[in-house]
Amino acid sequence: MRLGLEIAVARAAGRLSRLAGRGGGTTLPGKILATVDPDAVGTLARRLPLGSALLSATNGKTTTAAIVAEILDGRVRLAHNRAGANLVSGVASALLASPDAELGLFEVDEGAFPDVARRVRPHAVCLANLFRDQLDRYGELELIAEHWRDAVGELPEDAWVVANADDPLVADLVRGREAALRFGLDDPRVARERLPHAADSKYCVACGTPYDYAAAYVGHLGDWRCPGCGLARPPLDVWAGAIDLDGLEGASFDLHTPEGKQRVELRLPGLYNVYNAVAAASLALVLGASAAEICAGIGRFRGAFGRFERIRAGDRDVLLLLVKNPAGANEVVRTLVAGGAPRLAVVALNDDIADGRDVSWIWDVDFEPLLDGLERVVATGARAQELALRCKYGGLDPEAIEVVPDLEEALDRGLALTPPGGELVVLPTYTAMLALRRIVAGRGFVRNYWEAAA
Amino acid sequence: MSRNKVVVGHLYPDYLNIYADRGNMAVLERRAAWRGIGFDYRAIGMGDGIVPGEHDLLYVGGGQDREQALVALDLVGKGEAIREAAEAGTAVLAVCGGYQLLGRFYRDRAGVELPGVGVLPLHTVAGEGRMIGDVLLECELVRGERRPLAGFENHAGRTILDDGAEPLGRVVAGFGNDGRSGHEGCRVGRAVGTYLHGPLLPRNAWFADWILAQALAHRLGEPPQLESLPDDLEESAQRVSAARARARGGRR
Repeated sequence: MRLGLEIAVARAAGRLSRLAGRGGGTTLPGKILATVDPDAVGTLARRLPLGSALLSATNGKTTTAAIVAEILDGRVRLAHNRAGANLVSGVASALLASPDAELGLFEVDEGAFPDVARRVRPHAVCLANLFRDQLDRYGELELIAEHWRDAVGELPEDAWVVANADDPLVADLVRGREAALRFGLDDPRVARERLPHAADSKYCVACGTPYDYAAAYVGHLGDWRCPGCGLARPPLDVWAGAIDLDGLEGASFDLHTPEGKQRVELRLPGLYNVYNAVAAASLALVLGASAAEICAGIGRFRGAFGRFERIRAGDRDVLLLLVKNPAGANEVVRTLVAGGAPRLAVVALNDDIADGRDVSWIWDVDFEPLLDGLERVVATGARAQELALRCKYGGLDPEAIEVVPDLEEALDRGLALTPPGGELVVLPTYTAMLALRRIVAGRGFVRNYWEAAA
Repeated sequence: MSRNKVVVGHLYPDYLNIYADRGNMAVLERRAAWRGIGFDYRAIGMGDGIVPGEHDLLYVGGGQDREQALVALDLVGKGEAIREAAEAGTAVLAVCGGYQLLGRFYRDRAGVELPGVGVLPLHTVAGEGRMIGDVLLECELVRGERRPLAGFENHAGRTILDDGAEPLGRVVAGFGNDGRSGHEGCRVGRAVGTYLHGPLLPRNAWFADWILAQALAHRLGEPPQLESLPDDLEESAQRVSAARARARGGRR
């Protein structure tokens, strides 16, 4: 009974937080519950009749989990932390918010994954990628992989681990595991000519030799092989082939599953979203969805908030594309340029904990293809000057760079420079994205994310 | 030999590049170009030899532990050539992991000592807990000229300077070499090592120019007086970074 009372207190706190105007209150109930009873998350999760699935990655968690939710929509009732609150407290809040849920679907922060896995005891786990991201928070990539390895080792033998075989570090976590589903891409036509500057995990996990890539798709993800010891990408169980990228509009591909091949239309742009879709398809498959349900779900999906979002702002559109680390930003740049490089962009760099306090990552992003087409950039956010320097030393004429640290002023400046009927490209880091959405929500253009998530 | 150019050797750009080391290179290249100074960039990889006197500046960046371990042995093999170059007046800039590798040795948690290049009079000992955050230093590379240097640090190693060795600067805010000494970095003549990345040079334009002048000094005998550039943006970025360090540097 004690748990019941704690739950009531925690739910009330979430409502109070929203009423008090303190943001979404998406983690406050969970924080209270996690504080008064640290075991409660596990207790609640184990009440779910169909168990839980966890999804972790440095890139694409929110989008991938949202696609899985779309696929399962109408099939099962979910407890899902769809607003992206992905620490233990966020999982607790999602459980509290969905008392009649049958299945838990939780994206989990890469650093918090081992702890959450121990508490929740998932029967399926999806590990989608490891890119360098926020080294100031977590230390090094290899360290995260080791923690993941321990957590995977503690899962029951029959728990499914869905792993990105195109990521050598992730593929190695399921080497020899029976209950594993391995996914990836297979279409050298859409590969990059060479590894990007910021590629991680370039050296063989077993012997240290640089990998050879038959195809490099996104960052270090691809068809890899070690010329030193022969370790190579394992055979794929689920993959995307015959990929057609349609600029900013979307992508289509053949989804190969053990059931066969089906053409899938994705309304999200870029190869990185093809990865998200294939990861989602693979996880949905082990959760019992059919190939037909998967294709239909992916086809219905329209994007997770702020990751790739078109917002109507009066007689102009704002295209919001989240950038948060070199691998993700490189793909955003590639996708934008493929869709016709914009001549104007607002780029927002904050340095709160959720953005990463170390802003050096912007120098690892290959911004140059975007800079080549820009006639004007509005640099904004708490570290607007650093962004402006990145553009200046990246070769953009200093006269073309405007430094407007205040986000709202920068948005208005960008809109003023955009002709009526035109589209303004905005590239924000995480907290800048939340703040910009609050600003446009305040003007009645979009719903607040906690309303959309409700 | 052209007097108006610099030859820059970048050690292991494929391995040691984690904290945007190419930002440092871009800054040196542009600031040289804006003054009509040639910039001859040469990557130095695994197994490549170093010809004494070839480079005016040698640069070593930082990597994750694994990448650092992969290059450590190769670097020790280049040690003699790098020491000779530094003694003959080649400028050296080593950041983060590269800073540790240029010391005499690195002692890991198990007490095993990995040999370093020995260009800088210091050693590093692995410690508990990383020192992560914004940093602000006060440097006096030219007597009587105190200048701020702002950056970001992220290291588990504690670096201890030999008695009498000269630090790069005094820690105003942040951890610095070991979190206790109040010192950051190390300088021997034209060779400098530091934990500061962020990257280091874009927001510390005066220091970028000091490094460039040291590299030119290898050619000219004396560091030249470089013409000044419009650095309002660089200075405002430095002010923001310095304020960050004052507000939240050196905290665990």
